[in-house]
Amino acid sequence: MVLSRRTFLAAAALPAALAAPHIASAQVGAGRLVIIGGGFGGASAARFARDNFPALDITLIERSRTFTTCPYGNLVLAGRREMNSITFGYEKLSARGVRVVHQSVVAVDAGVKRVRLADGAQVPYDRLIMSPGIDLRWGAIEGYDEAASERMPHGWVPSLQPISLLRRQLEAMPDGGNFIMVIPDNPFRCPPGPYERISMVAEYLKRAKPRSKLIALDAKNGFSKQPLFQEAWQELYPGIIEWRGASSDGRVTRVNAAAMEVETEFGEKLKGAVVNVIPPQMAAKIARDAGLANQSGWCPVKPATFESAQVEGIHVLGDATIAAPMPKSGFVASSHAKHAVACIAASLAGRAPPAATFFNTCYSHVGTDYGISIVGVFRTGPNGFLEIQGSGGVSPRNAALTVERRKEHRQLEALYADGWYDSITNEMFG
Amino acid sequence: MKLKVALCLLLLSGSPVFAQATDAALLIGGCQGCHGVNGQGGHGIPSIKANHSRDEFTAIMRAFSANERQATVMGRISRGYSAEQIALLAAHYARAQ
Repeated sequence: MVLSRRTFLAAAALPAALAAPHIASAQVGAGRLVIIGGGFGGASAARFARDNFPALDITLIERSRTFTTCPYGNLVLAGRREMNSITFGYEKLSARGVRVVHQSVVAVDAGVKRVRLADGAQVPYDRLIMSPGIDLRWGAIEGYDEAASERMPHGWVPSLQPISLLRRQLEAMPDGGNFIMVIPDNPFRCPPGPYERISMVAEYLKRAKPRSKLIALDAKNGFSKQPLFQEAWQELYPGIIEWRGASSDGRVTRVNAAAMEVETEFGEKLKGAVVNVIPPQMAAKIARDAGLANQSGWCPVKPATFESAQVEGIHVLGDATIAAPMPKSGFVASSHAKHAVACIAASLAGRAPPAATFFNTCYSHVGTDYGISIVGVFRTGPNGFLEIQGSGGVSPRNAALTVERRKEHRQLEALYADGWYDSITNEMFG
Repeated sequence: MKLKVALCLLLLSGSPVFAQATDAALLIGGCQGCHGVNGQGGHGIPSIKANHSRDEFTAIMRAFSANERQATVMGRISRGYSAEQIALLAAHYARAQ
């Protein structure tokens, strides 16, 4: 549904009446909530707001008509899923009473509380949520620009490049060819994602290209769920994976896409039959243009409310934010979203923000019937966010479990991963 | 649904109750990510909606956090909740009594 300028002006005059005709516009807590970005953060915000705060008039602005998730992209890469099973539309969110506008945002005029769209429409708001996602830092690795990413896919931002490109290259790779992965330093989207990818590619190589190897060049020395991943790699894919951290010259500083070659910090050159470069990242342009990002390229927030620390009246959430120790995950974006919506509803009703508790549950597929997880429960502290003491952590190591329980635990976590994916995508798009 | 109606009414009423309903909605939001919008579960993830009395629900969460009940993620998660938060969750998810 695309609204004309006139419709928007009408909406501006009668905010609650349009979205929720059964509620008088003078209702306590009424107001126009505009959400930019229809990913894990934005779509969860819209659903949570619609389910819990009927006085809010909700507009979701998302340029694409469909959303392809990053989670489960690695299973498409391995040939275990199809693209259409990780791609969703906004029809049901719209049917629930969220006004969904498929337009690009030209600018956010925070001073007059309006969002300008590419078709010339202006969307006024009382509170704005931006869940903009990330951009890739082209050129941060010398030679790695948008053109190079056609030959050396990133497969990290589905709206820029579908994972199917990397999938086709992997399928076309000759048996015996090397699959090279380039992995960035922190912070970046989905900390365990590259290592789930290593696992899924190794599973495919073992099955379909037994003479091939995977060489992972990492710009850091440690990674999420590392002991669990490495134990599993030894057990499931012996001899297939070589992972090199920064202190073993794993940091790639330059690529030559024409030659399918990457070069490390200390000058070693490696050629790959397929080269997957996950480059350094930053908050998406729309957030940087709106003045939400600081020098780091990411967006600082006020921990109690997820309001931008830099621009009043805009709440920013998800991967674009500085919210460590919470990871940049879909589950966390959804958790930020719910809290931000509750804070907005409270503020429109003239009340103090609710107590903040944030959640993360993040599964990784490591092999068939083999899943592992990291979970966390977080709260706000004096200067940011804290993990609640004694809670959270990763799945138990092999040695901590009996052989039988270990098999069951890994199987259950693989199964629960699928359950999590169904539940959270159903919440956003079902 | 019950919660939605409750919140609707509470928006018009006293502040402490509003705060409690909002806190509950946020806590429930954390469960929904895996257990589904209505707590229905799926893919082996247990349903948590209306299966237990409040006391049973509370006892299960305590057993998780004390590592006295076999779990994959729930031991690690349950230790992040206060007793008050577990009571709010129990009130929402327990069967009507």
